[in-house]
Amino acid sequence: MKRTTVHSDLVEALSLQDLCRFCHADEDWVIELVEHGVIEPVGSNSGNWRFVGTSILRAKKARRLSRDLGVNTAGVALVLDLIEERDSMLRRLAQYEAS
Amino acid sequence: MEYKDYYKALGVGRDASDDEIKKAFRKLARKYHPDINPGTDAEAKFKDVNEAYEVLKDSERRAAYDQLGKEPPRGQQQGQYQPPPGWDEGFSFSEGEPQSGEDFSDFFETLFRQRAGPSGGGHFAQGADSHARIEITIEDAYRGAERTLSLRSPVVGPNGSVTMQDRKIAVHIPKGVAEGQHIRLAGQGTPGAKSAGDLFLEVSFAAHPIFRADGKDLYLDLPITPWEAALGGHVVMPTPGGKVDLRIPKNARSGQKMRLKGKGFPGTPAGDIYATLSIVNPKVDTDEAQAFFEQMAEKMPFNPRAKLGG
Repeated sequence: MKRTTVHSDLVEALSLQDLCRFCHADEDWVIELVEHGVIEPVGSNSGNWRFVGTSILRAKKARRLSRDLGVNTAGVALVLDLIEERDSMLRRLAQYEAS
Repeated sequence: MEYKDYYKALGVGRDASDDEIKKAFRKLARKYHPDINPGTDAEAKFKDVNEAYEVLKDSERRAAYDQLGKEPPRGQQQGQYQPPPGWDEGFSFSEGEPQSGEDFSDFFETLFRQRAGPSGGGHFAQGADSHARIEITIEDAYRGAERTLSLRSPVVGPNGSVTMQDRKIAVHIPKGVAEGQHIRLAGQGTPGAKSAGDLFLEVSFAAHPIFRADGKDLYLDLPITPWEAALGGHVVMPTPGGKVDLRIPKNARSGQKMRLKGKGFPGTPAGDIYATLSIVNPKVDTDEAQAFFEQMAEKMPFNPRAKLGG
């Protein structure tokens, strides 16, 4: 089997167009996510928006949830918030159980 | 390849109506969706459910699949399934790729994908991006690392048949990568006529015996002795970057959180390490220790239950 070394870099920030490509989605869909507060861009208008950190992961999760489960944007926003709340509780629980 | 029982995957009978199939899929998709259920178990199950639905929701595919019969013919070894010749005569599949673009089993690829003609590569100048996950250790993220990744991708042969090809690539894990971040491997996605798409790896951390990660910060429980807690002083504690000195304050409590600024994941700014102190009593198994604790009981009047009325 062939083994090759490839160039890799860390995804730090994505523009609106990059994020659309990343999520296989169109601009309207991403703008709707922003309007629902699912993701928060840095920048004053959609032309210079930059999406960083958790926004990228949240957009990707939102895409999968709406595609796989047929959830609309308001539903996706709610699901993601509840999952984050649950995960932080699980983390706290793990701390108590460990000590 | 292995025969897949798509009806079993969705938990429906072979005579299930389209509505029943849709309902079963929706219920299982919610239950096993990898974004809702962490863990690789759910991910594998979700894949099976998704693949089953991809076939059973399409009447042509379903009819062709039914034609294969209820189960693999007897006498074939497990994992050695071959469809009978001419199984797909008279069926025309919709040529579209499954919209999700997920990788399906060999069984699915052989039965349903090769008919769509040269898929993936060739059609478009720019190949599509693909996504995968990579699990690394906290130490890998802390220091950066090289990891070898095995990739399976469909390759279209000269006669239009699709085979899965394995390849290995070496991936550089950048120092300071956080859980949930993505590593881009340029040109490692689906090939296109002119250029290939990118492959994005979503980073997750393997469970660690000592540390828990939260963003750029690290958490651990640090056991200390009763005298270290009472008198204070320096103890040696582990970090992914090596051992460091931690100053315990006098009269430290169990559960007290100590912060080591900048000792978490590297970056600008770097994360912190939070050590939660936990006081551990030594086991009293010598006469000397026994005498020592009796002496403490006598000389240090202390009632931790005073507030409870005890």
